[in-house]
Amino acid sequence: MSDAKHAYRKTLSQRIFHFLGSMDLAITLLLTLAIASIIGTVLQQNQPYTDYLLKFGPFWFDVFESAGLYDVYSALWFLAILTLLVTSTSVCVIRHTPSMLNDMRNLRTHVQEKSLRAMHYRAEWQSDNAVSDLASDLESHMQQQGFRAKQTLIDDGILVSAMKGGLNRLGYIATHLAIIIICVGGLMDSNLPLKLAEWQGRLAIETRDLPSSQIPAKSRLPVGPQAFRGSINIPEGRTSEVAFVGMRDGYLVQELPFKIEVKDFRIEHYATGQPKSFETDLIVFDDDLAQPIEQTISVNHPLFHKGYAIYQASFSDGGSALSLQAWPLTKVAGKETVEFEAKVFENREMIWGDQSLKLEMLSFRPFNINPDPTEDDPDRIRNFGPSFGFKLRTKTGEALEYINYMLPVEKEGRSFYLSGVRASPAEEFGFLYLPVDKNGGLDGFNQFLTELHSSDKVAAIAHNMMLQTLTDVADRTAELEQNLEQTLVILVAMFIDNGFQGVGEFIDTAVPENERENLGPAYLGMLREMLARIYFNSQDSSEIDNADSEQLLFLQDALNAIGSLSRYGSPVYLMLTDYEHVEASGLQIARSPGKPVVYLGCALLIAGVFILFYLPQRRFWLLVKAKSGVTTVLLAGMSNRNPREFDVFFEQQKQILQHGNGNS
Amino acid sequence: MTHLAGTIRTDNSSALMQWLWRIVIALSGVALLATYFNVFDGYEIAIVILTAVTLILLGQNWPQFRVHIISVSLLSWFAVARYGTDLDLGDSDFFLNYILSSQSAFMWMSALFVLATLTYLGGLLLRSDFTEKVATALTWSAATMGMVGLMVRWRESYLISHDVGHIPVSNLYEVFILFAVITALLYLFYERRYQTRSLGSFVLFVISAAVAFQLWYTFDRHAHEIQPLVPALQSYWMKIHVPANFVGYGAFSMAAMIGVAYLLKSWRQTHNPNGVIASALPDLAVIDDLMYKAIALGFAFFTVATILGALWAAEAWGGYWSWDPKETWALIVWLNYAAWLHMRMTKGWNGRPMAWWAIIGLFVTIFAFLGVNMFLSGLHSYGTL
Ligand code: HEM
Repeated sequence: MSDAKHAYRKTLSQRIFHFLGSMDLAITLLLTLAIASIIGTVLQQNQPYTDYLLKFGPFWFDVFESAGLYDVYSALWFLAILTLLVTSTSVCVIRHTPSMLNDMRNLRTHVQEKSLRAMHYRAEWQSDNAVSDLASDLESHMQQQGFRAKQTLIDDGILVSAMKGGLNRLGYIATHLAIIIICVGGLMDSNLPLKLAEWQGRLAIETRDLPSSQIPAKSRLPVGPQAFRGSINIPEGRTSEVAFVGMRDGYLVQELPFKIEVKDFRIEHYATGQPKSFETDLIVFDDDLAQPIEQTISVNHPLFHKGYAIYQASFSDGGSALSLQAWPLTKVAGKETVEFEAKVFENREMIWGDQSLKLEMLSFRPFNINPDPTEDDPDRIRNFGPSFGFKLRTKTGEALEYINYMLPVEKEGRSFYLSGVRASPAEEFGFLYLPVDKNGGLDGFNQFLTELHSSDKVAAIAHNMMLQTLTDVADRTAELEQNLEQTLVILVAMFIDNGFQGVGEFIDTAVPENERENLGPAYLGMLREMLARIYFNSQDSSEIDNADSEQLLFLQDALNAIGSLSRYGSPVYLMLTDYEHVEASGLQIARSPGKPVVYLGCALLIAGVFILFYLPQRRFWLLVKAKSGVTTVLLAGMSNRNPREFDVFFEQQKQILQHGNGNS
Repeated sequence: MTHLAGTIRTDNSSALMQWLWRIVIALSGVALLATYFNVFDGYEIAIVILTAVTLILLGQNWPQFRVHIISVSLLSWFAVARYGTDLDLGDSDFFLNYILSSQSAFMWMSALFVLATLTYLGGLLLRSDFTEKVATALTWSAATMGMVGLMVRWRESYLISHDVGHIPVSNLYEVFILFAVITALLYLFYERRYQTRSLGSFVLFVISAAVAFQLWYTFDRHAHEIQPLVPALQSYWMKIHVPANFVGYGAFSMAAMIGVAYLLKSWRQTHNPNGVIASALPDLAVIDDLMYKAIALGFAFFTVATILGALWAAEAWGGYWSWDPKETWALIVWLNYAAWLHMRMTKGWNGRPMAWWAIIGLFVTIFAFLGVNMFLSGLHSYGTL
């Protein structure tokens, strides 16, 4: 009754304490954390926000952003679950530690005979020995077994209490304390202080693409003891005194107390061509050092200095110099190729007539031994030579992205230059195949294209063809002649604009339905004839009938390419003539003051878990009493785990104790 | 003898055998260190010592394990000697081509595991002690062939070229073998300790399933070819992180299959208490205890493995914890079993719900092991570096 009253009168804080330390909460939290963790493994974290926007659309993008799903593991609600778990564990440790410590040391010398008789493991026998002798024998036997043992005098006899594996309780404390310590260490290394500073307005995340010297002070983190994980790409021969710390859709600049120079970056390869190592020769200049540190780092072999660790994380282009030729593909681009220089990551304006485009050079690779991007069979590996990627951006800001491979690729026995184009990173590249002429270049294609673009030439050939077509027509009029000639010119123009597809659409829309069946194939036949004439004219071999199959195939390939130019979108094809490769080493720079704390927690956790599982706490009691001339022994035992092993152990001990001491 | 089933076996090997074993292993370790003293770095020396201590502890009261280790050593040594410095002998030398080249050894292992599974099943259904003993012998042979295959493959990788050489725990193909061997050894340990062979067909079933997957993977993807290590994997941490993980995976798989046995027995017991299954399987309490033991062992090793992974990550990626999908799934697996252990230890749950939970746990584990590599991208897929 009074107990119930007492419970009733628990204060609110006691009740909260009780709730926090409850097992139900602990298990719920463990499982909640497990389930919540799944989110970040399914949704790729910390990607550029534009990617998420593309993937989810504006509505869900906003919803997910406000739920913090792009960086779940530092979202407030996720941290709240973690905090609750740590709190719960702490409460649990606080609540249990005193009794556990007590249990560890206490041999339970006050246990009642009644409780001993109620134990599952017990035995009783008689002996002729005197009580005190027997008790001492029993005590020393238990001690030999590695038990701590002690005799206690009670009313009518002696109680020997023994215990082994008291450490087990320490295992519990170590395991649970370890969780708290690991989380505290993790917190020390988290970006929570940055979030707090941002929230208070002391920090602002920079989202613009600025040179690091121009980044405002509000986005800079001074040298200090705080934890961070930043990265930096340093081209060969250049230095940096900062690292960039990515935050959501922007970054912060972390200043470093030293200067890092990348002397050289290397990739080594196995005989099979797979990369074997990524290495950077670093020089660290620090005013506190008499001499700069020179060290080579590689994956798995970082450099440590002043509590900072510098890791090889990635690599990229460091602004390679490219010599390019622009081959005209459209009329505005003219007839001649233009040569110019460009650097990776630099932009330049390109102007053709009234068309102006911004060329943004994105990437360069000196060689590509890749799965074929144009084939369905990804096992097929081939060499594509050097490649470079770029974007062409119009005044209105729309851009198409290109990738050009500089080693002609064989397809069905013919060679082509490949250029991929796409409108967004979410798409696959579509490829333009430019046929290579018999001299291994693009001249043949270019000549043909120039003829196609020359209205005089086309008009002249159309005239010729008209005359030949109409030789046998008796009642031809000037109007008919003009009509036919015009039609031929228009068909060619339509083909240049939109390929055979464009002509097909024209036929489907502009030709009356009843004439379509006859006129359609007629138009296409005429167009093909025209194109062939223009082509062979350009090749100075006007004899179409004598053409070899090689030429016809080239014509076919050229027409396919021209037909897809409207989708290709660029007025020129860029070809690489020379390059100077400059690489950049991607370094990750980190300071984690919490690391030793976490490691301490880990050591404690491992020790704790093994102790908990494999060092059971075992207790024995031997109550020795004199009863009407004989000495009786009551043996009882318990173990806090591994009952099956204790079954055997207890039985063994019972035998030994009974026979060794009882009847001697 | 059946009355013993489920009780803990406590006999110890004779003191002579124990000392002999300790001396043999210690001498082998010393010989190894003396031979390669110039090549080994501190970590490798530590690994040799650690391995020797583990072998001594496991073998001193476990005769079959001693035979296993000695057979593995002799067969591997024979194969390595046969190879000399010519990898091509693997296709022409009779012993290598048909028995001991890693590829052949794995085929033998696969066949023996499947055979052992069926034999255990036969022994269970026929209630034949003899058949079950044969199954145990088959399992030992399978584990031996698997282990020999791994050892020989290790050597083969060095025969390809010195810079390609590495311990065979670096890709899905190799770890599947490791999984099969470790799970089998764990099972054999408990089979002896609990003096019951009737759970063999259950545990061997996951091993056979793994072997089946492995065979498909070999033929479909040519996965058996030895590939050089990507830079991210060139670390001594791999040698201990991966095996520790597979003790965890193996123990969890065993626990799940024991869970299946539990459910089957408790179902048959209520419907047909005198039927084969109900009478052949050990007491429910024994099965339950064994399931707990397996999960505790798995949890302990998984804890170690995850921590080793964190230490490795700190060295390779610049942070001990990056919430990379593989890491995160390891945490999910770990939290799940932590909850399981609490439910059992502090709330006293046992029996059917815990058996079901152990089976669900296997699916979580399989996802962490396979699913992450197959479906999710992250640092562990080694996409960029
Ligand atoms: C991430 C958090 C936690 C982890 C990893 C953890 C881990 C463990 C482990 C491994 C055991 C041993 C289980 C066994 O012997 O089979 C254990 C036991 C125990 N845990 Fe936790 N625990 C956590 C949180 C908690 C919390 C929050 C509580 C308090 C409500 C708690 C209370 C206990 C208790 C009372 C035991 C039993 C100890 C004994 O009697 O030996 N644990 N824990």
